Amino acid sequence: MKVRARDAKEAWKEDFEASLERDDGIETSTISGIPLKPLYTTEDLPPRPEEFPGQFPYTRGIHPGGYRGRLWTMRQFSGFATAEETNRRYKYLLANGQTGLSVAFDMPTLMGQDSDAPTSRGEIGHCGVAIDSLADMEALFDGIPLTDITTSMTINSPAAILLCMYIAVAEEQGVPASRLGGTLQNDILKEFIAQKEFIFPPAASMRLVVDSIEYCAKEVPQWNTISISGYHIREAGSTAVQELAFTLADGMAYVDACLERGMRIDDFAPRLSFFFDAHIDFFEEIAKFRAARRIWARWMRERYGAQDERSLKLRFHTQTAGVSLTAQQPELNIARTAIEALAAVLGGTQSLHTNAMDEVLALPTDKSARIALRTQQLLAFESGVANTIDPLGGSYFVEALTDEMERQAETYFKRIADLGGVIPAIEASFFQKEIADSAFRYQQELEQKSRIMIGVNDFKVDDEPPIEILRIDPKLESEQVARVREVRRKRDQARCSNALTGLHKAAVGTDNLMPYILEAVRAYATEGEIMNTLIEVFGIYTEQAVV
Amino acid sequence: MEGRDPAVRSLEQSLRKEGRAPGVVGFTGAPGTGKSTLVDGVVALLRKRESSVAVLATDPNSPFTGGAILGDRIRMQRHALDPKVFIRSMGARGHLGGLSLATRQAIRLLGAFGFDEVILETVGVGQSELEVAAVADTTVVVLTPNLGDGVQMIKAGILEIADILVVNKADLDGHARVVTELRSMLSLAPKSGWKPPILATVAAKQEGVEGLWEAVLAHRHHLESSGQGRHLAEQRLKDETAEAAAEIARDRVRHALVDDPALAARLLAEGAPYRTAEEILNSPGKLSSSPPPGLRPTSPAGGEVN
Amino acid sequence: MVVRPTLVRPVRIIVAKVGLDGHDRGVKVVARALRDAGYEVIYTGLRQTPEMVVDAALQEDAQVIGLSIHSGAHMTLFPAVVQELKRRKATDIVVFGGGIIPDDDIAALNKQGVEKLFTPGTPLQDIVDWLRKRFPEESRQTN
Repeated sequence: MKVRARDAKEAWKEDFEASLERDDGIETSTISGIPLKPLYTTEDLPPRPEEFPGQFPYTRGIHPGGYRGRLWTMRQFSGFATAEETNRRYKYLLANGQTGLSVAFDMPTLMGQDSDAPTSRGEIGHCGVAIDSLADMEALFDGIPLTDITTSMTINSPAAILLCMYIAVAEEQGVPASRLGGTLQNDILKEFIAQKEFIFPPAASMRLVVDSIEYCAKEVPQWNTISISGYHIREAGSTAVQELAFTLADGMAYVDACLERGMRIDDFAPRLSFFFDAHIDFFEEIAKFRAARRIWARWMRERYGAQDERSLKLRFHTQTAGVSLTAQQPELNIARTAIEALAAVLGGTQSLHTNAMDEVLALPTDKSARIALRTQQLLAFESGVANTIDPLGGSYFVEALTDEMERQAETYFKRIADLGGVIPAIEASFFQKEIADSAFRYQQELEQKSRIMIGVNDFKVDDEPPIEILRIDPKLESEQVARVREVRRKRDQARCSNALTGLHKAAVGTDNLMPYILEAVRAYATEGEIMNTLIEVFGIYTEQAVV
Repeated sequence: MEGRDPAVRSLEQSLRKEGRAPGVVGFTGAPGTGKSTLVDGVVALLRKRESSVAVLATDPNSPFTGGAILGDRIRMQRHALDPKVFIRSMGARGHLGGLSLATRQAIRLLGAFGFDEVILETVGVGQSELEVAAVADTTVVVLTPNLGDGVQMIKAGILEIADILVVNKADLDGHARVVTELRSMLSLAPKSGWKPPILATVAAKQEGVEGLWEAVLAHRHHLESSGQGRHLAEQRLKDETAEAAAEIARDRVRHALVDDPALAARLLAEGAPYRTAEEILNSPGKLSSSPPPGLRPTSPAGGEVN
Repeated sequence: MVVRPTLVRPVRIIVAKVGLDGHDRGVKVVARALRDAGYEVIYTGLRQTPEMVVDAALQEDAQVIGLSIHSGAHMTLFPAVVQELKRRKATDIVVFGGGIIPDDDIAALNKQGVEKLFTPGTPLQDIVDWLRKRFPEESRQTN
């Protein structure tokens, strides 16, 4: 009797189905709900010509050499209390091998308020550094030559003001604006969608963003004018697909606004950058980064007709997911962050921030900040993953997942277009509702234990010893208040007053506001004074909240 | 009304006590029509004209859990801390005597505290719009252009209760079509003496709000000059008396069944609810052990504004 | 499913974010969970001042105020709400909250009149269980 040799795949299928599976709950989908198969094979590889790094559509990376030419920038976000304290922490991190600075501002600064405003009470210095005027900015970068480093500033509504302060500090150091390198977050659309640090209504906010992009294209050409962000959208509870789709849709809205202003695509698109989350579902994140590059390249070329290669190459910064960290057994956060950082590196990020283990409870201590930095150095110098370009390219699973994420993102683009675009969709609360629904669904999964979070809903430990956390000295608040009052007292009042009047007039008109803000900053107008001048013209936005 | 009661205190801190009956305007319509934004605009207008205004906004409770997210207040944030604006969110269920009884008593109380205007706002779910129409002097029905299946799908009865029709979000496509369809539907069923105007608003931009209030005042004038206003007010008082009687009776029966196990047992054995009810109501001395609705001393605002 | 009649006095909860912090993921998830547990929830939104929150609680006749603070400003803002309740003679209203709040601060805030604080990772059911215990007679019936 002749026995037919079994086809290898059929054989596997039979053996697999006959085998036992673990009973501790194998996930059948990614954390975002994308269904997973037990095994991916050549049949899952999409039929397309082989892709190479540095070639359109850049799925395998934007550089032909991957990290072999240059490692990702290790850019740890930090800032707290006063400019002097933060200056000290920056020097510590630079000495320990950090390669770029990243500034975290406190809530009053983020919201455009001076430290002595009544609503700033109790909020000063807790989640970042307090910057009220150029004087604080000078202290922040004291002894740090702005030619030698690049700086990322995480601020949105008042972003133009902080950029002008940075330019003014550089001026004082003798560094021309044309030599300055760095990034401004400046992504107001995601504020309306997720982080809610908006001040002005959407149209006025967009004007300020376009003003800054237009200004930098001429005067600060090495500056990344905007960091179009998915991180906050993800942290607010969205899925990976929503993060991908909403971020890229925001990007396109900014491109549309700049084109409407009369700029040419290749004049500004090369300096747009992105900022994504690196969450704990390892492979989904890698697929997300690769899909992002491919989608952006296609849209830039096919829809916007960009010709310059640099316009097509999506560059991004990544931060490991804050929401994946636990207050329980916090040392585990070091491991979580390492896994997430690895995903970012295998996804080809241009720069990376790794969270410290104690960040669920407070700003990081020196020690935990150092461990976070060392985690990146471990990946770069010990693990070997940076030596081969796009090592996961060709993986049946990763390629299939990349395609699926791209497909689902395109579906969202269509829905947003049907609503009339990003801003109408914001006003219709479309994004906010999607995010709130995903957040609630995820929480229910945790409560039902269909998703595990170690230390929180499984593998718990009773009676954990408290860990040392960073405390902001409450005395610093009154010192900062005194400082801003001193600045107001000592400045050239006439120059300041004229500058603000000039700004007001320009805001009513259609001039690019950057030069006016720069003059006000040089005259030591405070951030709050500049914001209030603009509020007089633009008004304050109130959102139509959905739960 | 207890002096130490928080809600009452809040009202006391606001206004004069003159006891004049406030004007009552009801707003109703499907979810998503922008009612709250429109009401917010009307409040702003009234405040500009120095009237004091109270808003009673109702949202549906889940029929299963009883819970609700009462989402109207958040649409009126600009009036926060204005002592001449009082906003109360209510769940549609769980009021002794039903929503309209609770609302009527709240209106009386708000009038006693001197509010010039009371605005009722409900989502057009269940029977809530009929309850609003029964209580309000003027009922405004709010619609929008994106009604999906068209005006024909509007719930039966909702057009009949409208004294004023508003098509909000007038800046959207399809607005003109909705207005035309409404006009033809209304011509088929004319109300006695008053022709409900169809108004266009863009509540988000405060457009059309003045015109809306002019229409409300015109309707009030009509009620007064035609005598219809007085007639309706008398009818309302009688209706309220009947509802109060029903609630008292309901309460007595419920308590009797709890207090008298023998009675309850007989009910279960015989299965004759009507006979049992008559027996309870006809028997003297079987007073309910709790005070009638509206007078619970420990509840806020008289116990009914919950 | 049986639709049970509800009791007259539902527990009404004001849920809000005071201060400048705009991270509303947690507060919205909690609002939904409280609704599903049978409470009447009034979400007053972002950027509330202590005065606004307390005024809303009085107008709405709420028994509870729940605050969410992630900005580190909790040691100023929670006590400010408690103070405002004192000023408005409404200390019967219970204050609880959640957010980024270290353990030592929890103890200090408890002493200042904040009844309960929930830290990151708390299951929603814990919050519901606490409310049910805290307001037994007035809780709504649920299935």
